[in-house]
Amino acid sequence: MHNLTIAELVEGLKNKAFSSTEVTQYLLTRIKSLDTEFNAIITVTEAEALKAAQAADQRLAQGDAPALCGVPLVHKDIFCTHGVRTSCGSKMLDNFIPPYNATVIENFQHSGAVMLGKSNMDEFAMGSSNETSFYGPVKNPWSTDCVPGGSSGGSAAAVAARLAPGATATDTGGSIRQPAALCGVTGLKPTYGRVSRWGMIAFASSLDQGGPMARTAEDCALLLNCMASYDSKDSTSVDRPTPDYSAHLNASLKGLRIGVPKEYFSEGLDPDTEQAVRAALTHYENQGAELIEISLPNTALSVPAYYVIAPAEASANLSRFDGVRYGYRCDNPQDLQDLYCRTRAEGFGEEVQRRILIGTYCLSAGYYDAYYGKAQQVRQLIKQDFVNAFEKVDLIMGPTCPSPAFKFGSKGNDPVAMYLEDIYTISTNLAGLPGMSVPCGVVEGKPVGLQIIGNYFDEARMLNAAHQYQQVTDWHKLAPEGIQ
Amino acid sequence: MNWETVIGLEVHVQLATKTKIFSGASTAFGAAPNTQACAIDLAMPGTLPVVNQQAIDYAIMFGLAIDAEISKTSVFERKNYFYPDLPKGYQTTQLEKPIVGRGTVAVQLADGSSQSVRIHHAHLEEDAGKSLHEGNFRHGMSGIDLNRAGTPLIEIVSEPDMRNSQEAVAFAKKLHSIVTSLGICDGEMSQGSMRFDVNISVRPQGTTELGTRTETKNLNSFKFMEEAIHLEVERQIDLIEDGGTVLQETRLYNGETRTARSMRSKEEANDYRYFPCPDLLPVVLSDQRIETLRSNLPELPDARQARFIEQYQLSPYDANILGADTSMAGYFEQATAKSGNAKLTANWVTGELSARLNADNLSPDNSPVSAEQLAALIVRIADNTISGKMAKEVFEGIWAGAGDADQIIEARGLKQVSDSGALEAMVDEVLAANQSMVEDYINTDPDKRKKKLGGFMGQIMKASKGQANPQQVSQILAQKLSEML
Repeated sequence: MHNLTIAELVEGLKNKAFSSTEVTQYLLTRIKSLDTEFNAIITVTEAEALKAAQAADQRLAQGDAPALCGVPLVHKDIFCTHGVRTSCGSKMLDNFIPPYNATVIENFQHSGAVMLGKSNMDEFAMGSSNETSFYGPVKNPWSTDCVPGGSSGGSAAAVAARLAPGATATDTGGSIRQPAALCGVTGLKPTYGRVSRWGMIAFASSLDQGGPMARTAEDCALLLNCMASYDSKDSTSVDRPTPDYSAHLNASLKGLRIGVPKEYFSEGLDPDTEQAVRAALTHYENQGAELIEISLPNTALSVPAYYVIAPAEASANLSRFDGVRYGYRCDNPQDLQDLYCRTRAEGFGEEVQRRILIGTYCLSAGYYDAYYGKAQQVRQLIKQDFVNAFEKVDLIMGPTCPSPAFKFGSKGNDPVAMYLEDIYTISTNLAGLPGMSVPCGVVEGKPVGLQIIGNYFDEARMLNAAHQYQQVTDWHKLAPEGIQ
Repeated sequence: MNWETVIGLEVHVQLATKTKIFSGASTAFGAAPNTQACAIDLAMPGTLPVVNQQAIDYAIMFGLAIDAEISKTSVFERKNYFYPDLPKGYQTTQLEKPIVGRGTVAVQLADGSSQSVRIHHAHLEEDAGKSLHEGNFRHGMSGIDLNRAGTPLIEIVSEPDMRNSQEAVAFAKKLHSIVTSLGICDGEMSQGSMRFDVNISVRPQGTTELGTRTETKNLNSFKFMEEAIHLEVERQIDLIEDGGTVLQETRLYNGETRTARSMRSKEEANDYRYFPCPDLLPVVLSDQRIETLRSNLPELPDARQARFIEQYQLSPYDANILGADTSMAGYFEQATAKSGNAKLTANWVTGELSARLNADNLSPDNSPVSAEQLAALIVRIADNTISGKMAKEVFEGIWAGAGDADQIIEARGLKQVSDSGALEAMVDEVLAANQSMVEDYINTDPDKRKKKLGGFMGQIMKASKGQANPQQVSQILAQKLSEML
């Protein structure tokens, strides 16, 4: 049952092959027995899940079931859930129970989906290995001495370990695509503004975007149909109709122009990973697509620009965690200064503090122009690179990450090495473009991902391309050893 | 040495929107602490701001009223600092691209002259909450009330164009008049609806270089503003003349003790690390939106004052007072429409009514004497039913809720005696009873006789129990006495 995709679950629930309560109970049991090892889920919402499953079964029986009625999912612990602790992977919010739902959560509730629990993540989504979580690292189901990627490592591991058929995630610099690649699942970061950020705890507001993770592109389309919506509560939400992302999955790829950026295949890319990606590109050629070499000349600038802009925004976004109104507060503050200093020193982990300091520094008087101002200019250049590229091509493809999952602690002492993990994913966030990762091979027993980058609001085309690839390959069907 | 004072103002104006600038919570004043603060105002994780379009319109209206440039694109920025009444740890405000650019405000001074004060810009921002340090808190603890957090403000920044406290106060009053006439602010200074920061420096008369300025913050009355300016100018001059130097600093004025103290020096000032707020898109305005607001602007004080002079033949002085305040102007026009006597109505509104309203801290809108009631009283003065003195008593009666003018006149027998036969008899009686006064009058130097009339008037009014028509009595008395010469 845990191998069923969302599409298959929807079908089975509709046909009464099984009930939502059965599936939900099955997966809850599975989480209990397996997740002690993976640590993918911070909070299991068993009672709520069973209640929601029962309600879903009633609607299914009545025949007025919405799209995802009865489908169990896990939600990244960055999405606020009414009445359910939302920690953002931080000690700071270990005791925080939101009195409201994120719009994404509301959307899933309206479509009848069942929440199994809240998935583990890097603290405040800051990390590429899930090692910064207050709740301990998530282990990669493919190799438990390796990281699952981050920051949505819990969601990716949960889907890979078949604890849930799908999950929500967020991506600020690669946090959906990189863990999807490292855990062998399919993940999509939509165009900035496509999915509401209301109730999604902010890391870097101009870069954050929620998106789906599942085992197939077809499932990602089903989840995105529900997640994507215009939301008047989010000023950066884009007011345009949500297309049916499932409608064009089977369109032909004949004549599709695929841009292959030479900068994504240069020094630093693991040769075996490159080979897997090249093989995937050949599949596309075989399906009638045309490969066109392109250049994104400012790619190398994306990491430094990102590590100015994201921490700058984060430094302000995280100021609200001050021990005054909610969340962690230090014991016996002596005065206001002491309250602030100790609350934040004790409540935030090392990586979060590092980024707050970097961001504060970049925005300081005398440094703003050299750092934040310059980074914004670079951001424009990177965006322009893509605008130019999309005049000649329909999609851009390359590797999601330079190499497969690395061992715990191997990059822990070198933040810059860790930051380079996102070299191929960051520039799409800076440009606001949609990006996807699709399993395309196994290197040293661990999965690697093909990245598909689309033009603004061209998610349907990306999903079409990914789905067609998954019709002729089996990488997405592989499960970690011991899982199947 | 003679010193010249240079003053510039930063004025915070709370906008009269029903809800906050970035949330749907109410902005009403005076609710129980923290009952008007929603998840957004509390800066709960994951909440996001959405700008209140009414606040944008109000800022545009202010800009149009002072003939300023309206920015087609303005940008909200984050001003970062930690304080318990600032829930997000930053204030959302505007810096590089404010919504209102350069403009000018014409100010009328008491001596009848006028002055033009340049506005550097005006920007939109959110108010902070309040820290409460008094009340039932345990020792050393403070309370936080976030009802005010997120109330929309425009901050109006003037150029240093004022040279003394009178000019500064006149400018401040003019701004008050403009924003209340526009209906974009309730003008309730005691509730903090308008707050003034005053930048003050001094320099030797005749020089052009600006001296080091200090900023006295958060003055919420014209009186405090005037006092604070006097105090600070004196302090700076004394300091310099004693060989010291003025330090750039922020100061606080205490209206109760009439003293000021330094709050923080320039060195202690925060680095606010402004940057554009990524949660809000730039505010982009269409020409149509601006033009629609322009064509619907209500009458502004200058136009209203000119109209009052023209339409009601008021003196510039009366027109100035009545035209400055929308509710006062409305009251005056309503009363005049009923009384048919603009001059007398103007006298009563600027005189008795204003004095009583001020004393009880009321606005014309909630005056116990309605415009209709005042008009009915004025009609009775104009038709000589009652004297001015009686009118004051009647006015007090209406104020106290004793009824309308005619009811009080009737009930208290306040009718003025204007029958000339009866008045002549009264005069004759008093003259006969006061022979010595009459002789004194006759023997007085003709130039000084006028002064003696008061004594007779007093006697006659007393004899009539105050009901004699004074104008008529005075005529009859003059006639009778001249016949005796």
